[in-house]
Amino acid sequence: MDLSFSPDEEAFRAECRAWLDANVPRPALPSGDTGEGFAAHLEWERKLFDARFAVVSWPAEFGGRDASLWEWLIFEEEYYRAGAPQRVTQNGIFLLAPTIFEFGTPEQRARILPRMAAGEETWCQGWSEPNAGSDLAGIQSKAVRDEAGNGWRLSGQKTWTTRGAFCTHLFGLFRSDPDAERHHGLTYFLVDLLSPGVTVRGVERLDGDEGFAEVFFDDVFVPDADVLGEPNQGWAVAMATTGSERGLTLRSPGRFLATAQRLIDLYREHGEDSGLHDRVVAAYIDAEAYRWQTFWTVTRAVEGINAGAESSMTKVFWSELDVRLHELALELLRDHAELLDGDTASWMKGYEFALAGPIYAGTNEIQRNVIAERVLGLPRR
Amino acid sequence: MRFAFDDDQLAFRDAVQELLDKECTPAHVRAAWSNETGRVPGLWDKLVDMGVVGMLATEERGGLGLTMVDLVLILEVTGRYALPEPIVETAAFGVPFLERADVTVTADHTFVPWADTADVIVTAAGRFEHDAVELVARPSVDGSRRLFEARGTPTAVDGNALAAAFSRAVVGAAAQQCGLAQRMLDLTADYTKERRQFGVPIGSFQAVKHHLANARIALEFARPLVYRAAATSDPVHASMAKAKADEAALTTARAALQCHGAIGYTTEYDLHLYMKRAWALSRSKGDRRLHLDRVGQTIL
Repeated sequence: MDLSFSPDEEAFRAECRAWLDANVPRPALPSGDTGEGFAAHLEWERKLFDARFAVVSWPAEFGGRDASLWEWLIFEEEYYRAGAPQRVTQNGIFLLAPTIFEFGTPEQRARILPRMAAGEETWCQGWSEPNAGSDLAGIQSKAVRDEAGNGWRLSGQKTWTTRGAFCTHLFGLFRSDPDAERHHGLTYFLVDLLSPGVTVRGVERLDGDEGFAEVFFDDVFVPDADVLGEPNQGWAVAMATTGSERGLTLRSPGRFLATAQRLIDLYREHGEDSGLHDRVVAAYIDAEAYRWQTFWTVTRAVEGINAGAESSMTKVFWSELDVRLHELALELLRDHAELLDGDTASWMKGYEFALAGPIYAGTNEIQRNVIAERVLGLPRR
Repeated sequence: MRFAFDDDQLAFRDAVQELLDKECTPAHVRAAWSNETGRVPGLWDKLVDMGVVGMLATEERGGLGLTMVDLVLILEVTGRYALPEPIVETAAFGVPFLERADVTVTADHTFVPWADTADVIVTAAGRFEHDAVELVARPSVDGSRRLFEARGTPTAVDGNALAAAFSRAVVGAAAQQCGLAQRMLDLTADYTKERRQFGVPIGSFQAVKHHLANARIALEFARPLVYRAAATSDPVHASMAKAKADEAALTTARAALQCHGAIGYTTEYDLHLYMKRAWALSRSKGDRRLHLDRVGQTIL
């Protein structure tokens, strides 16, 4: 057991910290879930890319640094410690890209990844439909073969698509074999949202931002080159993406350590006689617990053991921790917690955002079923 | 960074588990509830012979010259079997504190377990020798944990050494809590797969699944804090580990009892042996409130 980072890793941390301290925008950018804010965030993404911090874990040929998982975790810790902007590119970089590395062709990697890393193309996720949320295998949007065109024609509707109103591209599942049911006969498509037949309608979220979208497909042509993995094998490809979403790539410990530290700062200011001492300390310990559970998991990943269904435990833990951290902050702020102006407003906005965590990427109820069935071996029915 | 145990550490753990699987069954623990000492006759000598008890002492002093990282996995297993012996108090606390491997030690803030069969007793008041202490028995909710108040004139001990040793005992108790949580989870998962109501195993109901998922999550995030604390010897890390491990054990105990229903509420069934140990350990070596205070003093 060796709990130290190597001199190279420490040097990398110092480099990240120095660059972020010098470059993180002040004051903070407007929300990336608005049109104006999204554009400002893309400028920041471009700056990250130019400094080769956009995708540190990717190979250099696609804009990365070939950083190890450990270095990636260090980057994330420093990123959130510095209070750097949310990553509006995250659904591409953290969810789609790992799937492209696993299932994509060399041509797809070369074409898609560099533009994704540079923020030139931005990706949203097309999973949910009006009648298929938790029950993802119930999707009805169709893909019909277009032999003459060497491609497919998509029709149907996706919904609750995060940042769908601002992104250039969508990755999603469509039913390509009308005779197959449930998990079978689905295909994973990469769709240019400027294609004829696509209509995007922004939907205001709980926090007042236009962060959601409905995406309508009316006979939208997609060439074969934009099928990820084999046709009709989309479920297996999609499961790789959801594994990333629940696991550490989307929500690394650095984010919650930073929030926990902000909560500690708030407690120092407002906490005396609040009666919240034990709950604040316990929440801080949980942020530490997530960090060390991640180090445990990453050690095993480096040695070739994948987490599998255990990522469901991670997802429940970080999402409920995030809610709790924000709830405690709001309790400390008392009547100021209601305000949407001033320097405390970020806690209410953060609370609204945190409340999405137990819902997206598979609700926590679904995750608890997965934990019971696949980690503890309880019967499905 | 390599946050994992090595093969030797895992093999030692497995060997201890094999021993306890035979010699610390629920029947043995149950017998300890009503025998004279609260311990399992003959088992301590076997743990001594395996080197478990004295492993933190140097080889010159009869130990194995190993570390808390080696010991923590073994202590976790002793929790899993609810071993009714002062193993944390001796192996993690007494042996490194006294720098000798040939002694049975018990220690805690106030109420010391198995003190009547220990050579040396350490409390917040100081150190007592076996033949110069008045022991007043106090019944524990866990019938195998024979608790005593130590009265008499203690000798003073070095505060720094005591704090360091006590911090190891805290990690040890936290490790046992993880083992207990694992045992209660295993018992309950097995039971809910077998027990049928409304024509199906009760483990197929979401209400049952979610109780057990919550317990499994609590254990998942307690263990790394315990292992980290074993490796760093930092008392604040020890307090984080104990606070989280207590939470995991108590959450699991509650879920386990509820998912068992009435059978779990009987003393004929084994669950109570593990549940009551978890309750008891959550109040010993510093409870959650004490450890949250200690962490708070550092971070707030």
